[in-house]
Amino acid sequence: MELHTIIEDKFHIIQIIGDLDASSSILLDNALEKAIITNIKNILINCAELHYISSPGIGAFTSRLEECAEKNIQLVLFGLNDKIINVFRILGLDQLIVIKTSKDDAKKYINDAQLTSSLH
Amino acid sequence: MHSLQVPCTKENLKEIRYFVEGALSRYNLSANDTNLMILAIDELCANLIIHSHQCNKNEFIEVKVKNENNIFIFEIHDQSHDSFNLLEYKVPDIQQIIHEKRNGSMGLILLKRIMDNIEVERKEGHNICRLYKAVPQGNH
Repeated sequence: MELHTIIEDKFHIIQIIGDLDASSSILLDNALEKAIITNIKNILINCAELHYISSPGIGAFTSRLEECAEKNIQLVLFGLNDKIINVFRILGLDQLIVIKTSKDDAKKYINDAQLTSSLH
Repeated sequence: MHSLQVPCTKENLKEIRYFVEGALSRYNLSANDTNLMILAIDELCANLIIHSHQCNKNEFIEVKVKNENNIFIFEIHDQSHDSFNLLEYKVPDIQQIIHEKRNGSMGLILLKRIMDNIEVERKEGHNICRLYKAVPQGNH
């Protein structure tokens, strides 16, 4: 499994390539921890080349959900294939984690959320 | 019957997945059904390798796959002395798991939701966990 981090404007994009399982999930966990510690507010996870995920990989996301909410950090996944989305659905996590089809959709979701927030 | 025996290391989970995928590739299954069965086996094997065998490369786990009348039967053999009872374990609520920032239980939730039936047998220091999944072939 490989991780690549790209900065695009205000977005911190982590691209996952390969299988996210019990032996590789620690890499994602570390990357998310680093992004959160450095106070990055918009984290996008590019899952277009994520071929497989098991519970430790999913746990890397779910273990950060409350911390992201507390710190007002937007965490959005995009580009998941049908097999991966189905795993999130089985756990009911498609209702708890923001999942978008494309990078543009993910950016639009964050921009809209921040616009709405600034109006209140 | 297809079988694979590997040392108890996390790195071998990928080999187990390839093995199960290869065994299932002989059947006309959807990508989703195949992935879910691979995932269930991966979750159980990861649980055994990490918690029952502490990733000891000198200990082994064996996976067997067969199909009888459109029911896939997976057997996981090992020789740990772990007293954990998979059948009696009550999986927690997903919201509770998120709140407590732990992910160990999600694998067992997946395992129980994916498989139709789970049996555990222990005899002469040998553990066998049997997982059953009925999947009509060519249904995709």
